[in-house]
Parts: sequence; C-alpha cells; structure tokens
Amino acid sequence: MLRYIGRRLLIAVPTLFLVITAAFFMMRAAPGGPFDSDRKLLPEIEANVLAKYGLNKPLGAQYLDYLVGVAHGDLGPSLKYRDKTVLEILKQNYPVSLKLGLSAMLVATVVGVSLGVAAALRQNRMVDNLVMAIAILGVCIPTFVTAPLLVLAIASKLGWLPTAGWNDGALPNLVLPVTVLALPQIAVISRLTRAGMIEVLRSNYIRTARAKGLPEGVIVRRHALRAAILPLVSYLGPACAGLITGSLVVERIFNLPGLGKFFVISALQRDYTVVMGMVIVYAALILLLNLLSDLLQAVLDPRVRLA
Amino acid sequence: MSAMGTSTTAQPPRGRSLWDDARARLLRNRAAVASAWVLAALVLAAVIGPWLLPFGYDQVDKQAVWLPPLAGGRLLGCDALGRDLLARLLVGLRVSLAIGAVATTVSLVIGVAWGATAGYLGGKVDELMMRLVDVLYSLPFIFFVILLMVAFGSNIVLIFVAIGAVEWLTMSRIVRGQTLTLKHREFVEAARAAGLGRTAIVARHIVPNLMGPVAVYVTLTIPAVILAESFLSFLGLGVQPPMASLGVLIAQGAQDMELAPWLLVFPSLVMVVTLMCFNFLGDGLRDAIDPKDR
Repeated sequence: MLRYIGRRLLIAVPTLFLVITAAFFMMRAAPGGPFDSDRKLLPEIEANVLAKYGLNKPLGAQYLDYLVGVAHGDLGPSLKYRDKTVLEILKQNYPVSLKLGLSAMLVATVVGVSLGVAAALRQNRMVDNLVMAIAILGVCIPTFVTAPLLVLAIASKLGWLPTAGWNDGALPNLVLPVTVLALPQIAVISRLTRAGMIEVLRSNYIRTARAKGLPEGVIVRRHALRAAILPLVSYLGPACAGLITGSLVVERIFNLPGLGKFFVISALQRDYTVVMGMVIVYAALILLLNLLSDLLQAVLDPRVRLA
Repeated sequence: MSAMGTSTTAQPPRGRSLWDDARARLLRNRAAVASAWVLAALVLAAVIGPWLLPFGYDQVDKQAVWLPPLAGGRLLGCDALGRDLLARLLVGLRVSLAIGAVATTVSLVIGVAWGATAGYLGGKVDELMMRLVDVLYSLPFIFFVILLMVAFGSNIVLIFVAIGAVEWLTMSRIVRGQTLTLKHREFVEAARAAGLGRTAIVARHIVPNLMGPVAVYVTLTIPAVILAESFLSFLGLGVQPPMASLGVLIAQGAQDMELAPWLLVFPSLVMVVTLMCFNFLGDGLRDAIDPKDR
C-alpha cells in the first residue's frame, strides 16, 4: 500500500511538471503583458519594471527560474497586486473555494445517495421516476442557468436569501451557491447510487441476509449500501473537476472572493504568476483526489488490488 | 445514426441483422423518438429560421428597447439594444449546434484514430499511448481551454479545436476497449491472412465495427460540447458579441434578468430542451445498441 502511494506520488511529479510547462508557455504566448495599460509607461520605467520581475530575460531563462522557484515552494510575486505574493493571494482566497466545494460535495453526497437508495428500493414506481427525472434535469440544466434563475426567484422576488456576497461564509449566503453547485452532482450521484443499489440488491449475499431474517433497514444500511456506493468512489475525481468548473461560474455569479473568480480575471490581466499558481493548486488537488479515490476504493472493496 | 443506415444492406432472404433489432428497440423508446423529432425541429429552425424573420440578429432598433414578449410583433421580446430575441435565439442555437457538431467531429477523429491504433498495435505502444491519455485525464482541462482562449483570442475555430481536443480522451478509451475485443475475431484474422496491411485492417475492418458504441458516445458528447462552449461564452471567453450562442444569450440574460426576465428564460429553456433531447437520444441509442446495460 505504502509503495503504491509512493509510486503514485512519483508519477504525479512529471504530470505536474507537464502542467506547469504547458501553462507557462501558453500564458506567455498570449499577446500583451501584465504592465500594459491605457496610459503607456515611459520606456525607461517599463524596462525597470520588467527587469524587477525578471521579465526581460529570455523566455527559457524565465522558465527555468520559475521551475527553481516552484521547487523551493516559491510561486513568486503577483504582477498585478504589487504588494502581495502569489502564495498570500492563494491563502486568502482558497478557504472560500474550499468551504464552498466541500459543502457542495457533502450536500450532493447525502442528498444524492438518499435519493438513489430511495429510487432503487421502489424501482419503477413514483419515487423512482421522480428521482430519475430530477437526475436528468440536473445533468441538463447548467449551473449558469440554475444560478440566475434561483437568484431571480428566491433572492430577488421572494427576498428570502441574499442575492450575492460572501459575508464570511454566513449560512444564508452559502445556501444558494452551494445548492447551485451541488445540483448537477446530486443528479449524477443519485443515478450511480440507484444503478449500484439495484444490482447489489439482486446479489446472492443479500438474498442470504434476507433469508436469515434480517430487517430490511439493516440489510440496506449495513450490507447493500457499502457495495452500492463503490462506483461513487471512483466518481470522486470527475466530481471534483466538475465542482471546480462549476465554482468558476458560481463564484462569479454570486460574487464570492474565491479562487475561481480570480482565475479568469488574472488570466485576462496577464498576471502570469497568479494564473500559474492557481493552475498548480488545482492540478495538485485533482491528482490528490484521484489518488484518494483509488485508495478508498481499495479499502472499501478488497477485490481491488493496487498494482 | 448514419452508420445504422449504411449497415443494413438488404439481402434477398431478409434476415434480421443486429442493426435491425437495435433500430426496432430504439423506435420503441418513446422518449428517444420524441427527442429525435424535437432535435430535428430545432436543427431546422436554427438553419432556416433566421432567414424567415424580418429582423436580423444584430439589428439594433431604438423603438424596440426592452420590448416584452408578444409586443410590437416581437414574439419573444427584445433586449437592451432593441435586438429581436427570437432572431438572436435562432442564430445562437445555430452557432451552438454547429460548435457541437464540429467539435464532436474533431474529438471523434482524434479519439477513434488514437484508440484504434493503441488497441490494435497493443504492447508497449498501447501502454505508452494510453498512459498519456491517463495523464491528460488528470489535468484541470478547463483551465487549459481558458488559457487557450485568453492566449489566442476567442476565435470560433479555436473554440472548436480546443473543446474537441478535450473531449477525445473518453472516446479513445472506448474505442481502444472495443478494438481489443475485435482484433482477435475471425474476420480480422481472415483479413490478415489475405495479406491486408495494418492500416487497411484498422480502417476497413476494425473501425466500421466499433461504430455502435461510438455513435452512442457521440450523441452524448454533443451536449457536453454545447455545454462547454456556453460555459466559456458565459465567462466572456467564447463566442464574442454581437454574435450569439446559447451561452452568450444566457449570460446577457442573467445580467438583465431583473428588468427583462424573458431574456434569461427563453434561451435557458432552449438550452435545457436541446441538452435533454440529446441525452434522451443518447440513452435510447445505448439501450438499443447495448441492451445488456439495462
């Protein structure tokens, strides 16, 4: 197990390297630079500024400098927010994204699994059809449709919840963004759970459990659920990617000070170092979650062997 | 779909081929059939609709600013510049569908070529090619697409390529899996015995036979692509105004929703219906072609 983790982490290094390289050169291929503005800087001043951030060196040298910095855990200074380093900006913003993402994942898992189990236990009846309809709708309605519609209905017209803002993560401010972010995941999770549950409930060991007279609730909770949510665990990675994509939209619509909101702005402003920092953080997060889901799968299902 | 048509060659004693069975199963699936009709209507509307309207999608009309639906001969109302929403919606649908079709084709070509090559050659080459796919899978792709759009400006060809280049990964996995099961079958053996080259075997004997699962995945990729494009447009990185796509319209509608909710509601509705139809059709096709899944 430890050897497996070690090897996976070792593979993660070249992957991250690839990510950094691709993002670095893509960012630099973009026309314009971080210090372009409507008012042109004096040539001397511009040369000084470029020299300060090492942007006057050849691209290859800048790339090597950056790699050395990253290896030392230094992501450099921000080019737009002059008094802050990239690490400070990340530290300031990631708790917002993290809280949002984790809440959404938690809500999605609890609601999705409950709906999926409820549907599987009453296959092809009202509840089942209802859940499957929700699942299809949830996949088809993009976050940037649900978000404005919910804001329009619940926040603007009914005035029950604030329309936007973070307010230090107060519960009323969290409800709408988390709901919007969780909906597509609820759809997929309930579908996966339903499919897994239906298959498991037909298996021999469940029949054995029934035969020895266990109450239905115990069978479902103790015996069936654990096997039924296995496909869910491998969905963890894609789910996380989906949440990140969703958070780009949600943070923008609800004006939340998280990473997602910063990413697009920074990319447009050519804030090279901040963009790079965020790409690295996200890539590392996805790699880590993929590893975690593989490990979890092995823990839950002894048949899965880590090779 | 087109693969189904070409494979059902009529023979004198009409037997029931697997494709006949699949088509019968598909036609029994009412949701899938209805979706196919709705999609056909949407495509038709998107292609010829804009020509039938008296308003251009970018035609500004000071008299019509914020005109609500059904007022002044504007079926769906007008936006902040007095542009006709129906005209913009039809053009937007056209752009979104075109992006869906082209980007899916890109992903289809790359994915099938990559997956079939890896699967047929096997061994070291296979391992290397699929390991690369694994690595690409674990990248935060949406960021690269965003960077790409930022770096090279939002031109529409780039949107096609960028999204297509993201979507081919799953396709290549599916194709490889199918190729692995096909390559030891007798007809491939026969082709090899007849002295056919590797390229010809893959192109003429393997690829046509894996079109079933591929067709299913294609119908499921199109909505994913449409979604990805509108996502980019929503962030301001996709199709640029005054051109419209469903994503652009929804983004603009979301800005003006307090004043003019119809600008948000109608584009959202069209988007949801389109995506839903593709999904129903894709599910129907899967059940029809691969009935053991249900």
